[in-house]
Amino acid sequence: MKKMICLFCTAVLLLTGAALPVSAEVQVGDTGYYTRFQGQGKSINVHNWGEYISDGSDDSLAVISEFEQLTGIKVNYTTFSTNEEVYARLRNGGASYDVIVPSDYMIARMIREGMLEKLDFDNIPNFENISSDFRNLVYDPSNEYSVPYTWGTIGVIYNKTVVDEEDIGGWDLLWNQKYLGDILMFSNPRDDFGIALKRLGYPMNPQNTQHLSEALELLKEQKMLVQAYVMDEIFDKMVGGEAAIAPYYAGDAITMMADNEDLGYFVPEEGTNRFVDALVIPKGSREKECAEMFINFMLEAEVGAANAEYIGYSSPNTAALAILPEEVTGNPVAYPSEEVISKTELWVDLPSEMNLAVDQAWTELLSADEEYSRWLIPAFMLICIAVSVGLNISRSYRKKRYGK
Amino acid sequence: MKWLSKSYVWVTMAFLYAPIAVLIVFSFNQSKSRGAWTGFTWNWYRRLFTNEVIINSLINTLIIAVISSIIATVIGTLAAIGIVNMKRWQRSLIMNITYMPVINPEIIIGVSLMLLFVWVKSIGLQIEFGFVTLILAHVTFNIPYVILNVMPKLRQMDMYVYEAAQDLGCSPSQAFFKVVIPEILPGILSGFLMAFTYSLDDFIISYFVAGATSQTLPITIFSSTRPPVSPEINALSAIIFMVVLTVLLLVNLHDTRIERENQRGRRGMGI
Repeated sequence: MKKMICLFCTAVLLLTGAALPVSAEVQVGDTGYYTRFQGQGKSINVHNWGEYISDGSDDSLAVISEFEQLTGIKVNYTTFSTNEEVYARLRNGGASYDVIVPSDYMIARMIREGMLEKLDFDNIPNFENISSDFRNLVYDPSNEYSVPYTWGTIGVIYNKTVVDEEDIGGWDLLWNQKYLGDILMFSNPRDDFGIALKRLGYPMNPQNTQHLSEALELLKEQKMLVQAYVMDEIFDKMVGGEAAIAPYYAGDAITMMADNEDLGYFVPEEGTNRFVDALVIPKGSREKECAEMFINFMLEAEVGAANAEYIGYSSPNTAALAILPEEVTGNPVAYPSEEVISKTELWVDLPSEMNLAVDQAWTELLSADEEYSRWLIPAFMLICIAVSVGLNISRSYRKKRYGK
Repeated sequence: MKWLSKSYVWVTMAFLYAPIAVLIVFSFNQSKSRGAWTGFTWNWYRRLFTNEVIINSLINTLIIAVISSIIATVIGTLAAIGIVNMKRWQRSLIMNITYMPVINPEIIIGVSLMLLFVWVKSIGLQIEFGFVTLILAHVTFNIPYVILNVMPKLRQMDMYVYEAAQDLGCSPSQAFFKVVIPEILPGILSGFLMAFTYSLDDFIISYFVAGATSQTLPITIFSSTRPPVSPEINALSAIIFMVVLTVLLLVNLHDTRIERENQRGRRGMGI
């Protein structure tokens, strides 16, 4: 037992010892501004997507510990995996966060429901680094609540050895019968219906149930070609060559293309979805000024550049873009041309009855053509019951015989 | 027929350990991919130790596991002693209540604890979602495991030994610490270990009660999906697996050595 404890302690020591931050002194604009709260023992709670901040690995900038050293504010950093999760956390009222990073449509919803604090932009002087393309976006029209953090587009990743050059270019590729069983689709309703609506020539945000049901028909038609509806399994399937065509986020496409050089990427000419994840301060924040300081720090050129490089998604920060290497900013996958961007649409917060309609259509899509299952399960249960009854009868019969 | 039974054992082993083997192999993979092998590297192990988020949540997980299992062991052991001395119907009532959290789906415990903490907060008690709530929740779901491990030992114990100790001059508390505790120690230890593992393991309950200030490793892993989970997690799992394996081997070696010594001792005495 003693040995066990010793071993355990050594392991813990090893882990903690090795985890000491490597300081790399980041250049900031105004040091005086950042040291205001030094020595006051303040702390803020930051809630971000998993793997969504530069963490010091591979000699990158350890953003959080840099911020802590510079300002003396302790950062409690926790992570989430979906927008809906953050919404639920804020709603149930248990935890109080100071900075969260939801996506566009969720920010719109939170603003509508009065869950966010207005930002004091006097405390965020670095907001001037944000490109004008990313100010006053549709989810926050007067730009009072949010500061963009990352953005990206959805495009189609394809395997050059399987897909013919003349077939690429539009969303049509996902409906091409030649690639039966080689196509992957998102496993979430918003993206799939958006793609189908775009192919029909409608806006990506469903406008009415008529459009939605047309999109549903189109997706049902596509279903037999689709190998699977997946999210991040796309990485393994595309890199491993199990599937040949998949729509996914541009930043992740770069990662996949680095792992498998047979992969190519294009943004469909009809246009596509663009998403923005932005920093906001929820109501109930106890250290609003510290939170604004954190947001300002994230907008520093070096910090923004380190994050963009680590995450692989695109940055809205012009100062960061200026110091990023050419091979990153010149990559048309992450930073598409004006022409492509002008054809993108952002998700908007749908009215609740439309949300419900999308969910219903999604359920219908997934359960279409699985009609055998209506009989399969009851039949299976009947067989099980019959077998267990049979076993019991035979056992009691045998018992009786041996009993005599 | 012998080959059949042998291969059956191997197939079972393969089912159990193939996933872990794959996980360890891919912790050395050069690319982030979980499907394609691109070359050998130690890189993920190096990166793991500089990843503050993972290391912090690992430390949180360990601290919470240690503290909550110690508290649960103390409470659970005392509860078990109390329960044993109850009347028959009281005992069966309490034991049924004890079983309840074990057979209840975790999600119900998770949600109800969360609601309880929110309510406590709403009546004005300052309770911060995070470290405190995590420890309270882990203690809560760990207590039954300790009780269930200590109970059998207590029932096996000869109560006369305790009385004899008092006859021979022990005060009740001395008798308790010198006689009862050593007698039920194996039960306490296995209860503690079980509580510790369950606490390390737990995802669902922690998911509901974790807060803004701290989260445990399973939650961190779960949330690394947008850019997908990196092989650093594989590396961490490989390290944890190796640590557990060596501990098990050491304990087993220790046990067999003691057994051998006992046998030798008995032989020496001519029995």
